[in-house]
Amino acid sequence: MAQQTGQDVFVANLGKIYGYYTGVFLAFVVFLAILEQLGVPGYILGYAFVLLTIAVYAGIGILSRTAQVSEYYVAGRRVPAFYNGMATAADWMSAASFIGMAGSLYAQGYDGLAFILGWTGGYVLVAVLVAPYLRKFGAYTVPDFLAARYGGNLARFIGVIILVSCSFIYLMAQLTGTGLVAARLLGIPFEYGVFVGLVGILVCSMLGGMRAVTWTQVAQYIVLIIAYLIPVVILSTQKTGVPLPQLVYGQILQEITTLERTAAYIAPFVGEAKGHTTPFWFRDPLNFFGLIFCLMVGTASLPHVIMRFFTTPSVREARQSVGWSLLFIFILYFTAPAYAVFAKYEVFTNVLGKDISTLQAVAALPSWIFTYGKIGLLKICGANAASPEAVFAACQAVKDAAGNLAPVKTLTFNHFSILPDTVVLATPEIAGLPYVIAGLVAAGGLAAALSTADGLLLAIANALSHDIYYKMLDPKAPTARRLIVARVLLIFVALLAAYTAITLPQGILIFVSWAFSVAASGFFPALVLGVFWKRCTTAGAIAGMIAGFVVCVVYMFGTEYYGMARWFQGTWLSRQGLSNIASGVIGIPVAFLVTIVVSLMTKAPSKELQDFIDQIRVPKGGPVMGEEKPAIGH
Amino acid sequence: MQATPNMEEYWRRTRNLMLTTLAIWAFFAFVIHFFVHFLNQFVIAGFPLGFYMAAQGSIAVFVVLIFWFAWKQNKIDEEFGVAEEE
Repeated sequence: MAQQTGQDVFVANLGKIYGYYTGVFLAFVVFLAILEQLGVPGYILGYAFVLLTIAVYAGIGILSRTAQVSEYYVAGRRVPAFYNGMATAADWMSAASFIGMAGSLYAQGYDGLAFILGWTGGYVLVAVLVAPYLRKFGAYTVPDFLAARYGGNLARFIGVIILVSCSFIYLMAQLTGTGLVAARLLGIPFEYGVFVGLVGILVCSMLGGMRAVTWTQVAQYIVLIIAYLIPVVILSTQKTGVPLPQLVYGQILQEITTLERTAAYIAPFVGEAKGHTTPFWFRDPLNFFGLIFCLMVGTASLPHVIMRFFTTPSVREARQSVGWSLLFIFILYFTAPAYAVFAKYEVFTNVLGKDISTLQAVAALPSWIFTYGKIGLLKICGANAASPEAVFAACQAVKDAAGNLAPVKTLTFNHFSILPDTVVLATPEIAGLPYVIAGLVAAGGLAAALSTADGLLLAIANALSHDIYYKMLDPKAPTARRLIVARVLLIFVALLAAYTAITLPQGILIFVSWAFSVAASGFFPALVLGVFWKRCTTAGAIAGMIAGFVVCVVYMFGTEYYGMARWFQGTWLSRQGLSNIASGVIGIPVAFLVTIVVSLMTKAPSKELQDFIDQIRVPKGGPVMGEEKPAIGH
Repeated sequence: MQATPNMEEYWRRTRNLMLTTLAIWAFFAFVIHFFVHFLNQFVIAGFPLGFYMAAQGSIAVFVVLIFWFAWKQNKIDEEFGVAEEE
């Protein structure tokens, strides 16, 4: 019981604890900045950032270790709405949000905003349709709910398959992110970087399960939000004199719009209207709105997000907590478009329009171009910008549409391509800020990737240990053995994901978007109709989950790897055809249709089940699924 | 929990709140962005309005919408005596 009281004291003092923590972190950044001024080399700052932040996360993980089932799976349902919001925000904002998003906005302009809209609006669906009802039910995992509502282990098993598929794809993207950051910061190969990240993830999630992950995620949110805001605030103050980038980047946007119309910058684009604020040149409306739809519905279906709302003390706090989550997410998301615009402005003013007609002129370009070019992240005239010689040779060899030699004399937007996933990491250097800022940003990216990976890994391991092992294979398994199984599975899944991430490199944003479509097509109708439509039957839900999942995955892999033609291409609906990052546009309606048709063809659910649904619909009366007794002897 | 008339009324109110919230959501998630070309004619503080709505406007609405929904639903819960005991 002493442990119990310790926890309560901890929860009562959360504000103070995390307040001190934030202060210490800021002091640490200032300290490193002073060291840099004293001449300490950059790579030492990089190691300090990586090792110290990971050590802190690990420390929290070890302090929160637990051997109680309800602590391990749902943090004892004691996490206040505000802090659960912060943890959810860190759980949510992954390498894709932190590292990938501003880069995509840089490259795609308005059309990239589909990610901003899609990854925020889904929380309305979480609050209204999903979180309060599943919290009332009192589940440990999403398949728990499916099993209770749809009569048993077949629904549970299909739920686990969908959960593992979408979470695993998502997890690989996070490991790619940690690999990128660790490689950049520590100067080690990408493959080793992935394993550095892996260690950080395992120490946090393995010992303390949901409880450790929750308190680590709060700590990671603080690091990532500080790291994201500081460079943009500095840039904004430099360019406009106002430290509120989100409010004043309109001016910079106007300057970019003017520059975009200048031949020296976008010569090859003139007449094509691919400006930063021009809609629908990168993504046509079907893909733009289709992607928003998939990301939003996916938000309300992803198990690692939904399970965060199982940890609040009440249904009411679950609802409020969704609001806090989105508020904390909003802080980063309404900054990302500003980040992209400031980064673009730096590139426009420091790089584009420069003379590159002689080798000397090329050698005079900013040196970070070649730093990133060497590791294959930046191309000029279609070739890696590894050295001035390489750039000069490539630009001299450019041919025009007719195949005649047409050397590039001025560097334009079209000939300068930086991998979107590196824009955020590179911006401090592009803008000539001190290295400590670059290190801070990388530490933030690491926090974002690690916090999401923690949540994902836990969702997968919980489904395998709780749903498959305990509920299906060995219902008499003692607590201690269940938790050991959970931990062993955690390591196994983590290693498998790291291996896959290394052997199957893919853009972070693509992987993540796939995960959303898979989750949305598989889970959304079964979850929502399960609460809001009493007539929905076991056969209907199972058929719907399978149909949605299969259709979505077939379209995704078919179009990506097996040469299947995109749907709707060249029709009145779409000029590009439906991109597979929006596969849910097909999967979700199919899943709804199959669920409804099969439900109507089968016998209505029993009276008991209908009463069960009535209980889920009201907050009063405690969890429907009984809480388990805490383990004795720990 | 039996489906008493009181409970039916509770669920009707809850469902109406849900539909209202979803309608506002759908408007700011999709409908308003159909008119991006039109809205972009208006430039405020350097921001074309259509761009601004997708970059900041809509997501700010989502944040407020969720807090409003949570507050409103809680009032319904209390009115029908089905809120959780403290």
